[in-house]
Amino acid sequence: MTQLVTSVIEDPIVRTRNLNLYYSGAQALFNISMDFPRNQVTALIGPSGCGKSTLLRCLNRMNDLIIGVTVDGSILLEDIELDDPDLDVVELRRQVGMVFQKSNPFPNTIFENVVYGLRIAGMNNREELRVTCERSLQQAGLWDEVKDRLHESALGLSGGQQQRLCIARAIAINPQVVLMDEPCSALDPRSTARIEDLIAELREQYTIVIVTHNMQQAARVSDYTGFLYEGVLIEFGLTKKIFTKPNEKQTEDYITGRFG
Amino acid sequence: MHSSSSNKLKTKVKRSIWADGDPFIWATGAALTFTLCMTVILMLVVMYNGLGVLWPHQISLFEMEDGSFVAGKIMQWSEIPDGGGERVQLKVGNRDLYSLDFRWVPENDIAEITFPNDAIALERREFGNFYGFLQELSLNDITVPADTEPWEAFLSAWNAAVERTQPIQALSQEVQRLSREMERNRLSRARLEHQGVEADAPKMVNLIEEQSELRAQFDETLAEQNRKTAALRQETAIFADAGGRTREIALVDVVRPYRPNTMSIPAKVGFYASKLWELLSAEPRESNTEGGLFPAIFGTVMLIFLMSILSFPLGVLAAIYLQEYAKEGSMVKAVHIAVNNLAGIPSIVYGIFGLGFFVYGVGGIVDSLFFAERLPTPTFGTGGILWASLTLGLLTVPVVIVATEEALSSVPKGIREASYALGATRLQTLRRTVLPMASPGIMTGFILAMARAAGEVAPLMITGVVKLAPSLPIDGQFPFIHLDRKFMHLGFHIYDVGFQSPNVEAAKPMVYVTTMLLVLIVLIMSSLAIYLRSRMKKRYQMGSM
Repeated sequence: MTQLVTSVIEDPIVRTRNLNLYYSGAQALFNISMDFPRNQVTALIGPSGCGKSTLLRCLNRMNDLIIGVTVDGSILLEDIELDDPDLDVVELRRQVGMVFQKSNPFPNTIFENVVYGLRIAGMNNREELRVTCERSLQQAGLWDEVKDRLHESALGLSGGQQQRLCIARAIAINPQVVLMDEPCSALDPRSTARIEDLIAELREQYTIVIVTHNMQQAARVSDYTGFLYEGVLIEFGLTKKIFTKPNEKQTEDYITGRFG
Repeated sequence: MHSSSSNKLKTKVKRSIWADGDPFIWATGAALTFTLCMTVILMLVVMYNGLGVLWPHQISLFEMEDGSFVAGKIMQWSEIPDGGGERVQLKVGNRDLYSLDFRWVPENDIAEITFPNDAIALERREFGNFYGFLQELSLNDITVPADTEPWEAFLSAWNAAVERTQPIQALSQEVQRLSREMERNRLSRARLEHQGVEADAPKMVNLIEEQSELRAQFDETLAEQNRKTAALRQETAIFADAGGRTREIALVDVVRPYRPNTMSIPAKVGFYASKLWELLSAEPRESNTEGGLFPAIFGTVMLIFLMSILSFPLGVLAAIYLQEYAKEGSMVKAVHIAVNNLAGIPSIVYGIFGLGFFVYGVGGIVDSLFFAERLPTPTFGTGGILWASLTLGLLTVPVVIVATEEALSSVPKGIREASYALGATRLQTLRRTVLPMASPGIMTGFILAMARAAGEVAPLMITGVVKLAPSLPIDGQFPFIHLDRKFMHLGFHIYDVGFQSPNVEAAKPMVYVTTMLLVLIVLIMSSLAIYLRSRMKKRYQMGSM
């Protein structure tokens, strides 16, 4: 099995080493060793079923929820081993937030959606909740649109607004890393553009890992790109380099649209 | 090629009616219509017969060809089965004179029908209604103003007599209180005996002294009550039936005197309202064929309520375990099959299980542990509202489990993941997100369970329902809620009054009224639940997800 670490990243925030993952025996990820740079946007690209979402979900242990998943190898957040049965998964997920493909606001008010993570952590100070809610919505670029209807149902928002609400909800608990699993795939081009702008702003404060099907999007928003194919990390490097002069033939074929 | 296909679209092709599906649509429509019709007809029959019962119908006086007279309320006209014209069914009442309440009169024998203004109907404490005419008052203590019309005089005397029953009722309550005290005393002694305390121990001696004091008080009060009652029963009035046979009736035996032939429409409406109120608030009389249904209404509502308290949390918790925590596998599959099958077991089987397990098993153990001094008289070791509710709860738990599981599994996976991704634990996700979103579906299960429980009679018959319960399961005596007591139930009431009554014909109206009430109660309770559910739905609507 080839081991590929194509770029040397200074001071990465997340590292995986020889990560293998099996769904009830069928291997889905093969020997992934990859460094995720701090305060940068890393895109994971590859054809459907290549394991990019699976890899993403390893980083906050969401795969725990799927029965029959086993992992070996090592995932480190800073220097903490994540693939450890004694790890406090709840705390991990507070450090590594996630935004999903389909926007999934809770059937509750906009305000309650944003402060959900704070409330379950036991914070009930109204003023603090209000301040955090405003800050998160502002960061997510949604504040001006919803500030007058914070106590109305979040389900009344448009699809793009709902997705930005989900981002606000994820950053309200101040994570270090925000994982985004095809956050724009269900949105129209205008909403997509807004979210892409948002990603560019958010990387000042957060490390972002985004899975996308859309090559242009990867090229636009990310600093680094990893290409996965059939569970193997084929190539990883600066986005500019991957999209202009990839080292691997497979990468080039995929990016130029010859398959996938 | 192009033109031929567009031509094909323009000409309407005649397909076989089976391919078009029209007969299928008719069949679906017909099935729905049929179902609705059956339901509507059932409700109309029940309401037509039930609502008219309380109305003060006119009393007709039949003068027969042979010169005799018959009075009563016309029930129905019908053909004489062997031919020879029509006949009329009369409710003649006066069971103490004729021994039968109803009489068929051939139309040909009737010379004339009149509605005399002075015809009187009396609802009585026993022997059913009396139809006839007032002859004279026979008063002892009560005086009525002179020069009043006989009917007015009778009413004023009757009112006075009713007023005089109040001190007697107070005495009767005192008698009941004393008898409870004596029972408590007896139980205290039995408990001491059970503990092995000697008969000459000071505690025991005290109790025995107290008992004899109570006994003396009891005898005295009872004697006074009897004396006063006897005196009051001396106040009577003499009535005559249509044929002139007289009957002396104690004023206190009259529940409600009225002259329907002279009543105006508002008076009749008032009468109807008062009868309706009696129905809802009073105790039954005359082996349940007259009077009110309050104990049965109370029993039914309390039963459903207790059943819900017991079965609802059990079912919801079990469903949460099955859906959220149990690992999928053959065991869980087997449990699912079992739960679904449990919902199909005949209710009488649950009844027998309730009798064997709850009443004799658990009840017997409770009795031997906590009420040993009362044995061999059982306390919890016999049917009671607790055991009946538990049995019904068991019967409805599968319904709740199935509905709750469906509701839980219909909460989108994305919502759960969103919650977990924000650092929520499983319980937090369940409590803050999944359960609120599933609550309308859980409510649906609750409504189904309630409707099923309200309609069950068979399992109750062997776990604690009775024809006539002496006291309600909730009352003013310590400890206020008596879960060991037997209770009355509208469903059982229908069966008992309609099919076990000594006077089935006279009881028929009560069957309709009871049915109507039972349906109404189920309707009210499920409407309430549906209202709650729609509020939950509004709150946790799924929106565009």
